[in-house]
Amino acid sequence: MIYEVFRQERKGQAFQHAGSVEAADERFAESYAREQYGRRGESVALWVVARNSIMRIDEFVDELNRNYHRVDGYPLKEKLKEARERAGTAAPRDR
Amino acid sequence: MNQREQEFLDYVQGGGQVETDDWMPDEYRARLRKFIEMHGNSELMGVLPEREWILRAPTLQRKLALTAKVQDEVGHAQLIYRVVEDLGKTREECLDDLISGKSKFHNVFHYPTKTWGDVGVIAWLVDAAAIISQKALLKCSYAPYARIMKKICWEESFHILHGRDVILTLMNGTDDQRELVQEALDRWWGPLMQFHGNPIPTDDDPMFIWRIKSQGNDEARQQFLDGYVPQIWELGLTVPDPELGKDEETGRWHYTEPDWDELMSVVTGHGPKTEDRLDLRRAARENSAWVRSVLLAA
Amino acid sequence: MSERAQLLLEIADDELILGWRDSEWTGIAPFLEEDVAFSSIAQNEVGHARALYELAARDLDTTADELAFDREPSEYRCSELVELRLPEWERTIARHVLYEQADAERLERLKASDDPEVAGLAAKIDREEVYHRLHAEMWHARLQDEPRYAEALEELRPFVGKRNGHSPELTSLWEEMTSVRRSQPTGTTW
Repeated sequence: MIYEVFRQERKGQAFQHAGSVEAADERFAESYAREQYGRRGESVALWVVARNSIMRIDEFVDELNRNYHRVDGYPLKEKLKEARERAGTAAPRDR
Repeated sequence: MNQREQEFLDYVQGGGQVETDDWMPDEYRARLRKFIEMHGNSELMGVLPEREWILRAPTLQRKLALTAKVQDEVGHAQLIYRVVEDLGKTREECLDDLISGKSKFHNVFHYPTKTWGDVGVIAWLVDAAAIISQKALLKCSYAPYARIMKKICWEESFHILHGRDVILTLMNGTDDQRELVQEALDRWWGPLMQFHGNPIPTDDDPMFIWRIKSQGNDEARQQFLDGYVPQIWELGLTVPDPELGKDEETGRWHYTEPDWDELMSVVTGHGPKTEDRLDLRRAARENSAWVRSVLLAA
Repeated sequence: MSERAQLLLEIADDELILGWRDSEWTGIAPFLEEDVAFSSIAQNEVGHARALYELAARDLDTTADELAFDREPSEYRCSELVELRLPEWERTIARHVLYEQADAERLERLKASDDPEVAGLAAKIDREEVYHRLHAEMWHARLQDEPRYAEALEELRPFVGKRNGHSPELTSLWEEMTSVRRSQPTGTTW
């Protein structure tokens, strides 16, 4: 059975996918993950999980351009220029 | 090439990365898998010339370092064969083809190791030649392979230092010890010069075209010479090639053309130790087949 | 030779020779993941031997390497169990299981020693041995129903703690282990 291994390099960092080991059961998987991804002290922690327990999602739809909830949906340059002209003020860096 | 394949080619040539479940042209997948499989085979076979010397290491430190180095190589084989398996060929299938001679492994692992001098020269120079190729693979268009190369390169960093330490200790030792190094270097120089392969222009090299490799053979060899010939000469060692030298104007090394016939003969299974080593792999595999059955069964 | 030095040499020699035997599997173990794991065990054993030799070396005014390599085979204090050449996986695991049990008991006694250096080193070694024991138990659980493994346990059990002589295999092991070192005069640096 294939077990995927995720490693944390230093405390506080995200766990990242490191690779996989083939093992007969969880005990062997633990032993082998420990060796392949920790024998040099290169990880402070590992997550080991059977590959078939992992769900992969890689298709995302955005057919109708939902930029209302993203930063790129808010181009404000023109509106700000107009508002400053109306108030007779200049942009902070022009003074 | 159809349009989808052309788009893929443009994508990888533009630096695009490919994951395991992405669509790939058949040619790309086939060449990729064969290349990676040969790398796995090489790590697995590379273990055999070195492991005997673990038992003969003359100090506790050397014994520990050499065991760790060979362990890394086995670990690399594990990483690499996992990548091959995710591309559709199982580890058992790879071992079948390796043992039958159907698939290949790098030239240097077909040669004997005769003395402790070989141990030093291999760790210092053969590993150096390999690391140059491996660093170029960090940019491989196939991302799972590029990722394992990162771990491999990181682990290899101590191998070269260990090799250099062994060599420097010998060179600072007795006349006999210095002779061990020179004699080993004399034997290994030919295979080292052949290691990076014949000088195919990158435009004609499918590995480069698909961005599986990001460096041509000749460039790799020049990099090796530039890095390591000065290290060899500064110890008072000689290289058995009267033509070896650097053109200071162009910055290119010139040398006697390596024996490409020898390289072809060796990698197709006619090296001095090819048969013995494949026999050893076959025997080890047969003797432990019952272990794998027991683990699969339960 | 002091009692402490004798005791340290006994354990160091066990660990060195067992580590040497276990490293025979590096590169040819039953499968790759196990090869990597078992190789760490072999390295730890040699590492333990080194630490123990270093302690004994201070008592004996010598060095760890000289103790490890420059004695005659008859001067080693290891048990016959670790000297045996066992190229079959079931016999190697059987030895591993038997050795770890005996060693665990030995380490418990040493951790209780009045000598703080011995007790301290024993505690450090014991913390590493936890993983060796887990590994041995893991394999024992998988193999215990296999007849060849059960036979191997019975074959090797009498050798545990057998220290009244040496197996003939120790001599050839020693010759190979010291072949490079003996090719140059004593005191040569490697």
